[in-house]
Amino acid sequence: MERVTNLAREQMRADLPDYRPGDTVEVHVRIVEGDKERIQVFKGVVIRKRGTMTGATFTVRKVSYGVGVERIFPQHSPNIEKIVILFRGKVARSRLYYLRQRSGKAARIKEKRTPTA
Amino acid sequence: MPSGIIGKKLGMTQIFDSDGLAVPVTVIEAGPCFVVQKKTGDTDGYEAVQLGFERKPLAKFVKPMKGHFEKHGAKSGFKHLKEFRLDDAGPYEVGQEVTVEQFAIGERVDVVGTSKGRGFTGCVKRWNFARGPMTHGSMNHRAPGSIGASAYPSRVVKGKKMPGHMGNTRVTVKKLEVIDVRPEENLLMIRGAVPGPSKGLVLIHKIG
Repeated sequence: MERVTNLAREQMRADLPDYRPGDTVEVHVRIVEGDKERIQVFKGVVIRKRGTMTGATFTVRKVSYGVGVERIFPQHSPNIEKIVILFRGKVARSRLYYLRQRSGKAARIKEKRTPTA
Repeated sequence: MPSGIIGKKLGMTQIFDSDGLAVPVTVIEAGPCFVVQKKTGDTDGYEAVQLGFERKPLAKFVKPMKGHFEKHGAKSGFKHLKEFRLDDAGPYEVGQEVTVEQFAIGERVDVVGTSKGRGFTGCVKRWNFARGPMTHGSMNHRAPGSIGASAYPSRVVKGKKMPGHMGNTRVTVKKLEVIDVRPEENLLMIRGAVPGPSKGLVLIHKIG
């Protein structure tokens, strides 16, 4: 089993930032259409991180034209160009499903302030 | 080329292919195997090679096995011996090494393993029978139900699906895709699941 774990490690990405549930992120996704390739940006709040090793995924939620949109990304997918953290959120849950029932002002997340040295 | 190889299932994981899609794979440590005995039409009535996998000192075998290895000039014994049928065993020599290099990425293979033993199981697990209601006074929870008619035929038909031992049998899964081959680590990655537990012995057959 250890050898399988090592194999999986090869597939995993170490270049992504340490984002957490509550953070607002921009996920830059590589999209191939025919022979053309372009980058699509999905911006929203991380509401869940789950799984380990290569199977890890995270869910990003945004409200687009009044409609809630959630997208699940495989964390180690090579199709993720980069993840940009725009805002660190202070939340008391690891799964932010309660955001689905809220909209507008109620769906705000406080900023997490970390002391800078 | 040899028609297959003996391997050991290491476990499953998932990797990303060139399109970035996650592919479930079973990792198998296959070989190196060695030809212990050659069987030909003249001597045995059919063409095959006997491959050995995982070395074990000759001193640890009982005499008949030791004699078998020594007869064919092997310097050490093998834990596992399996035969692979061939159209023509001619090109092989005793002692020849058989590795995963014979497999190519994208190739289809048949994988043989011994499925996990489930012990004595009921019809629901073994034959996917429907379960009865668990409440509302029902006493038919996981029972098999009727097993046939009455006075005629006055017996249960042969082959009726009944509770019994499940698993721990030889199972072949056909046409599995080879996702990756790593000769330096003796590893094979095959799409999807293969029969048996991790550390279980599997036979990988080339198709055609």
